[in-house]
Amino acid sequence: MAEVEHRLLEELKQRAGIRRQIVLPLRKSLSMCKSNIFVRLGRSIITASGIFLGIAFLSSVLVSSAVQAGVEEMIRRKGELVAQIGVAGGDVERVRLLWLVMMSLLVATIGIVNSMLMAVTERYKEIGTMKCLGALDSFIVRLFLIEAGLLGMLGAILGVLVGGGVMLLFQIARHGWEGIAQAQPIWGALPLWIALLLAIPLGGVLSVLAALYPAWRAAKMPPAAALRSEF
Amino acid sequence: MAEAKVEQQVMEPTVYEYIVRTKELEKVFVMGDTELKALAGVQLDVRRGEYISIMGPSGSGKSTLFNMIGGLDKPTRGTVFIDEVDMAQLDAFELAWLRCRKIGYIFQTFNLIPVMTALENVTLPMIFAGVSGEEALEKGMRLLNTVGLGDRYHHKPTELSGGQQQRVAIARALANDPAIILADEPTGNLDLRTGKEIINLLKRLNVERNVTVISATHDLKMIDVSDRVVWIRDGKIERVEHRKDIEVRVGIMEGEEEVPASSEQAVPAAKEETK
Repeated sequence: MAEVEHRLLEELKQRAGIRRQIVLPLRKSLSMCKSNIFVRLGRSIITASGIFLGIAFLSSVLVSSAVQAGVEEMIRRKGELVAQIGVAGGDVERVRLLWLVMMSLLVATIGIVNSMLMAVTERYKEIGTMKCLGALDSFIVRLFLIEAGLLGMLGAILGVLVGGGVMLLFQIARHGWEGIAQAQPIWGALPLWIALLLAIPLGGVLSVLAALYPAWRAAKMPPAAALRSEF
Repeated sequence: MAEAKVEQQVMEPTVYEYIVRTKELEKVFVMGDTELKALAGVQLDVRRGEYISIMGPSGSGKSTLFNMIGGLDKPTRGTVFIDEVDMAQLDAFELAWLRCRKIGYIFQTFNLIPVMTALENVTLPMIFAGVSGEEALEKGMRLLNTVGLGDRYHHKPTELSGGQQQRVAIARALANDPAIILADEPTGNLDLRTGKEIINLLKRLNVERNVTVISATHDLKMIDVSDRVVWIRDGKIERVEHRKDIEVRVGIMEGEEEVPASSEQAVPAAKEETK
C-alpha cells in the first residue's frame, strides 16, 4: 500500500511542477492591497498615522536642525556672539535631538506592529478562507507586507509634507528667507531636500518591518483555527 | 514493453473508486488540563460522484471530521486518503494545490472576501491556479450564471442576501472544476426556503458535473438529496444509511435534538405545508 502511495505522490509531483502551479501575480496582490486599504479606510488611517507622526517629527527636526545650523554659520561669519541670538547650542543639543527622533520612530513602529496585529486578527477568517482556496503561506505574508509598505509610504509622504512644511514656515517666520537659504546639509553631508525625500522610503521600510511578525503569525495559522474566528 | 506501460501510468492518472478514505481517524483537542476526544476512530469511504451527508448533533464531531477530510486540520492519529494519496505526506505546496484544484469549500458563514465583488470572489481560486485574466473572467461569469447570479456579478457581499452569498460561494467552490465539494453546514444561516434552494442547487451540480459532495450538517432537508447519510455521535460513526432505506415524509421541521434510533423515526410527523 505504501508503494502505491509513494508512486502516486511521485506522479503528483511530476505532473507539472506543483510549486510553479500556485501563483499570485504581483498585479493582483497590488489590487487586493489597494482594495483593502480603501475599503477599510478607518483602520488604514490608524495604521498610517503612526508612521505619519513619526516621520512628521523626523522631518520637522531635520528642517529645524538644518536651518539652525545655517543661521549659526551666518552668525559666525558676521562674528557676533552665539549666545545673544539664542540659537540651540552645539553637539549636545544635536545628539539629544537625534535620540528624540529615534525614540519617536520606535514608538511609531511599535504602534504599527499593534495596528497590524489588530488588522490581522480581524481578518483571520479571510486568511483561513484564502488558504482554503489554495493560497500559500507566502501569499498571505506578501499581501500584508505590501499593504503595510504602501501605508507606510503614504503616511511618510504626508509626514514629510506636514511636518517638514510646518517647521519650514515657522523657520521662515523666524529667520526670513535668507535664513533658510543658508540651510546646512545634515551632518555636513546630506542636503536637506534629499534627507526629506529619503524619509519616505524610511517610512515604508519601518512599516514593513513592523508588519513582519503579525503577517508571519497570520500565515502560520492552520485554516481550521483561522476559520473558527468570530470575526 | 515495461517502459511503455510505465509511460502510460504517468500519462493517464488512474481513477480510483474511493475518492476519500479515512482510516482510524482520531482527533484529540487539548485544552489546559482536559482532553477532548472529538473523533474516536472514524472509518469512512466515499465514492466518486456520491452525495454524502454527515449528520449528528452539535459536538458530535462532524465539523472535526469535515476539517480532517478537507485538510484544514491534522488528525492526532489515523489517515485521510484523497484519491489514495495520504494527506499527511503532502507538503505545503501540494496541500495548497489540492485545496486549489481538487477541493471546493462551502461554509456556514459563506466566507466571501468582503472587499471583492462577486465575480472577483469567484475568480480568486482561478488566479491562484494561474488562469489568465480573460479566461478567468469568462469562466467566472459562466459559473455565476449557473448558480443564477449572472446579473449581480459586480455586487459586493454586503450587497447580497444570505442565499445569494452562498450561491457565490458555491460558484467559487466550482472555480477550478474540483472533484470534491466540502460543505460545512451550508444551510445553517439560511431560512427554510433559501436552504432548500441551496440544497437543490448542490444536488443539481452533483448530478450534472459528477462532483462528489460531502456535507456536514444537521439540516434534515439534506437527507432527501443524499445518496448516503452518515450518522455520527460522540466522535464515532453510529451508522451509515442509504437514501433508499430512509423514509422521508413531506413536512420536515428543522430540529437538532435527538438523532433517531431507527430510520422510520427519521422524521417528526409535523404536517406543515411547505412549498
